[in-house]
Amino acid sequence: MLPKIIDHLAPAASVKTSRRAFLVASAAAAGAFVIGFGAGPARAAGGAAAAPAQPVPFDAYLKIGADGKVTILSSQFDMGQGSYHGLATLVNEELGASWDQIAVEGATGDLKLYGNIVWGGAVQGTGGSSSITTSFDRYRKAGAAARMMLAAAAAKDWGVPAAEISVTDGRLMHPSGKSAGFGGMAAKAALLPVPKDVPLKDPKDWTQIGNAKLRRYDSKAKTDGTHPFTIDVKLPGMLTAVMIHPPRFGGTVKSFDGSKAKAMKGVVDVVATPRGVAVVGEHMWAALAARDAVRVTWDETKAETRGSAAILAEYEKRAADKPQATARNDGDAAKAMAGAAKTVEAIFRFPYLAHAAMEPLNAVARMNGDGTLELWAGHQLPGLYQAIAAGIAGIKPEQVALHIMKTGGGFGRRGTPDGDIVAEAVMVAKAIGYKAPVKVQWTRENDMRGGRYRPAYVHRLKAGFDAAGKLVAWDHHIVGQSIVAGTPFQGLIQNGIDQTSVEGASNLPYAVPNLHVGLTSTEVGVPPLWWRAVGSTHTAYATEVFLDQVAASAGADPLAFRLALLEHHPRHAAVLKLAAEKAGWGKPLAKGRFLGLAVHESFHTFVAHVAEVSVSGGEVKVHRVVAAVDCGTVVNPNVVKAQIEGGTGFGLGAILAEELTLGADGMVEQGNYDSYTPLRLSAMPDMEVHIVASDAPPTGVGEPGVPSIGPAVASAVARATGKWITTLPLTRGMQS
Amino acid sequence: MPKLNINGVDHQVDAPDDMPLLWAIRDLVGLTGTKFGCGQALCGACTVHLDGQPARSCQTFVGDLKGVKVTTIEGAQGKVAETIRQVWTDMDVPQCGYCQSGQVMAAVALLAETPKPTDDDIDAALDGNLCRCATYHRIRAGIHEAARRLEA
Repeated sequence: MLPKIIDHLAPAASVKTSRRAFLVASAAAAGAFVIGFGAGPARAAGGAAAAPAQPVPFDAYLKIGADGKVTILSSQFDMGQGSYHGLATLVNEELGASWDQIAVEGATGDLKLYGNIVWGGAVQGTGGSSSITTSFDRYRKAGAAARMMLAAAAAKDWGVPAAEISVTDGRLMHPSGKSAGFGGMAAKAALLPVPKDVPLKDPKDWTQIGNAKLRRYDSKAKTDGTHPFTIDVKLPGMLTAVMIHPPRFGGTVKSFDGSKAKAMKGVVDVVATPRGVAVVGEHMWAALAARDAVRVTWDETKAETRGSAAILAEYEKRAADKPQATARNDGDAAKAMAGAAKTVEAIFRFPYLAHAAMEPLNAVARMNGDGTLELWAGHQLPGLYQAIAAGIAGIKPEQVALHIMKTGGGFGRRGTPDGDIVAEAVMVAKAIGYKAPVKVQWTRENDMRGGRYRPAYVHRLKAGFDAAGKLVAWDHHIVGQSIVAGTPFQGLIQNGIDQTSVEGASNLPYAVPNLHVGLTSTEVGVPPLWWRAVGSTHTAYATEVFLDQVAASAGADPLAFRLALLEHHPRHAAVLKLAAEKAGWGKPLAKGRFLGLAVHESFHTFVAHVAEVSVSGGEVKVHRVVAAVDCGTVVNPNVVKAQIEGGTGFGLGAILAEELTLGADGMVEQGNYDSYTPLRLSAMPDMEVHIVASDAPPTGVGEPGVPSIGPAVASAVARATGKWITTLPLTRGMQS
Repeated sequence: MPKLNINGVDHQVDAPDDMPLLWAIRDLVGLTGTKFGCGQALCGACTVHLDGQPARSCQTFVGDLKGVKVTTIEGAQGKVAETIRQVWTDMDVPQCGYCQSGQVMAAVALLAETPKPTDDDIDAALDGNLCRCATYHRIRAGIHEAARRLEA
């Protein structure tokens, strides 16, 4: 969750990008109709528009070309989760275009237009599964406004009332038989005023939103190699750089000798930057083949030298102490615990996790002759990156133009508070004197060892029953790094509580009268970051597995025990019941098979998982998973299912076998997919996803599929073995 | 200069013998559908066909390809490839799509050899193709569906 970060983002909040000017100019040149990019009345080819007044919400979200092509300008970044398709669906519900004519591109600029409303509106960014929520009204209104303007233009042309014109599959039609495509009307529509009052369809008339038959507009290009990623960007004269980063976090370049590498064929330069040494070549292999020939001496006076085992051991000690800060305090947990007839305790240990997206991090930088800097990358936090890039280059933010690329995965890794790879590309371009455009392309090993991990955590939990067997006390202490401390997002820390550390634990839905959740934030030099589902990646596991253990200690069925405590949380209870019913909870299973379940709310979406598991020779095999999701109003049922399936696989891989460790020397021990091991196809269970019908406001699904699969599997493993796994990943926890 | 036959076209490339085919395809020939994921034949994103057999182009070297026909995702044609592509879009298999060139190439090779693959056949043929979005459930279903359509 990234609410209200805003006061701390002054640089980004004040950014006015050149993107706006760029788009108006290019659109005009192409003879396109931009739904008023730049505000006020829409602009037509030739720039026949009134001076922009205050921007209105629907006027910068799509453009229509003379060829009829509709390009939706997305404020939300797409790393594969389908946000572009989601926004296009919202627009097209109201616009009535044919899907064949629709394209989507990333846009950035005016925060009134693109600021994330879920975060308070003053920052543009993608995260916390908020894209559909922030876009739901905006993009529908944009589509409706465009349709009204096209219809008004046709009405004028044909001499008929606009109300008699209907729009279907990209055609404007009148009962008289007159009809036209969007392309022919676009230029005329652009001269009309943008309507102030834009009524939206009644949900009962929706044909796109909620349509289970609709498929993503962007799939085909992902099957024939034509979908462009940052790695595919090629500019005239462009060079490619590979990086040598410090071997320990916090190290910097003291000196380097690149002379041998520089003499090798195809190598153009070897340069130092504040983030490491770059070998710059005519192409990737030229740079890569020369990399080992560079000698670097590092300054490690400020480097983190502890290993992850030592870090976790310290966390475990601190978990026994009083927490630094309190995230939630109902009743008097200490007193209730002291008076409890029976208590249950557990310590959970969570490793660092890498995002390990398939496209290793990359960015392309080009300084132009007019002093503008163009950057191609996965700009998940565009305003922030623009400000950071401008700072490095010594230019104004509005001189930085961002080309927002869809990326080969992300899972949080493209949204770094320091700009990370984007900053690095500017640094390398600067270090070579801006003599050519440069692509910085990380290797898998750069990516794995580049930091920005889901932090390691230790959780201590204790529960108490009274003499009547009622759960009366719950004490939870979380120890680990803050993701946002020292970043522009540190406004998320309030009263010593980083919300991203405790989300999922401090809002425990179960009715326990005396409940305390505390946090101790640690200072470690390993750079942390949000990792798909953020705090819930560990809080869901700790709370749900512990609750399972608590239920078992009371001799209760895990489903019945939960439902009894969820009386005031009907949405949790509903997904849990639905998943349990579809999975056949309580019915006989094949020999050696066991079921486990878990439920969790993240980013206002509710998900329950039931996992069917067998354990053989200490190896866990997940055969089947049933998930239920309540994300309010469903925009794309098929995308919702895909995200829950994918989130499930992502979360399952993590708890089964993912672990990023630092050796006793402080160096990351994993480098590639042989040692850091995400889920593979053979381990993916058979899977079904059930959606709860709802007319509640829409919430996201990019992350909420992750949290509850882990505890559901652990719950099934406990049924099979009698043991709750408290050290992750399971490959480690099964042995301890 | 070594000669590469890619998608039926000969290319003279200015490349040392030890240059991985992946980078020759991407940076010298200019076909970017084949993706870099790991460089160590661990993820399958760079899968191409060498004389019809799937291979990891990041661990295949330019000097070893005399007389070998290389097929990349751009050159994958024919009934099996087109059926896979159609099923992939009908079922919305891809999410980010970065690994899908490799998945499609691996699936095409599988169905060309084994028209009615079992789940075990699919595991054996595609377990080396990582998908971090975990689209595996749909990849498996997609291969079965493509097999059905090809049989019909």
